[in-house]
Amino acid sequence: MSQKKSRPLSPHLSVYRWGPHMAASILHRATGFILATAGVVTLLWWVYSIASGPEAYAFFIRYVVGDAENATTYSIVCNWFFRALGVVLLLSFFQHLFSGLRHLLMDMGAGFELSTSRNSAWIVFIGSVVATAGVILALFAQQLGV
Amino acid sequence: MGEGTGIGRVRGLGSAKHGSKHWIDQRISAAGNILLMTWLGVSLIRLPNFEYPAVSMWLAQPLVSVAMILMMTSVFWHIRLGLQVLIEDYFHDQGNKLFVLMLLNFYVIGCAAIGIFMVAKHAFTGAPS
Repeated sequence: MSQKKSRPLSPHLSVYRWGPHMAASILHRATGFILATAGVVTLLWWVYSIASGPEAYAFFIRYVVGDAENATTYSIVCNWFFRALGVVLLLSFFQHLFSGLRHLLMDMGAGFELSTSRNSAWIVFIGSVVATAGVILALFAQQLGV
Repeated sequence: MGEGTGIGRVRGLGSAKHGSKHWIDQRISAAGNILLMTWLGVSLIRLPNFEYPAVSMWLAQPLVSVAMILMMTSVFWHIRLGLQVLIEDYFHDQGNKLFVLMLLNFYVIGCAAIGIFMVAKHAFTGAPS
């Protein structure tokens, strides 16, 4: 693999006009990376806290979800950080899920026409935003006791 | 002479004949993720509340523990395969690439071991009080 730097390269990403198909492709990678890092660490912390007993679980709840009785300025700042992270993780999860389903359909050879591919990419974007909004609204409703 | 890739034919070896395994494993683990993450989502919605007793008793049930361990196996396998492709695409220097792939293996196997051990420990010893 000793390529000389001066060798000509084929036209790369920068020469193409951005479209939803390209965005769906790179977002699949980006969201996969977010889920594999921040998502995994959060999931493992949650499971670890359950397996380690009530104090560890209370610590997780206090700093991640929020515990009004034992709140400090620091814990409230942490709660808002994890709320923002939660939105990013939910968006990433649904984007990766729907985009992955789109990939599985395309693996069967379906939906490669430019217009179909563009439409399915848009459906994935809209679907992930709607699903994320749905989960957030459901959580709000639960907290308000509706 | 083999009928493999160009460089393989030049070497007279043909292809290694396992080029599609990674691709197929990625799809199998994707299907596993869809199934098991759907199960996890539905289970979390069905929990009566997120207080410690409810969550702890839920996770200690045998079938829940097994499903969690299967979910982690599928997810970490999928992460291993997916991030491998990212690394292979974006690290062009062979030395760096091998080093980062090694870090990926440490990360994935380490996280999977922690997660699976936590679930198993919780299931075998019961909810600590």
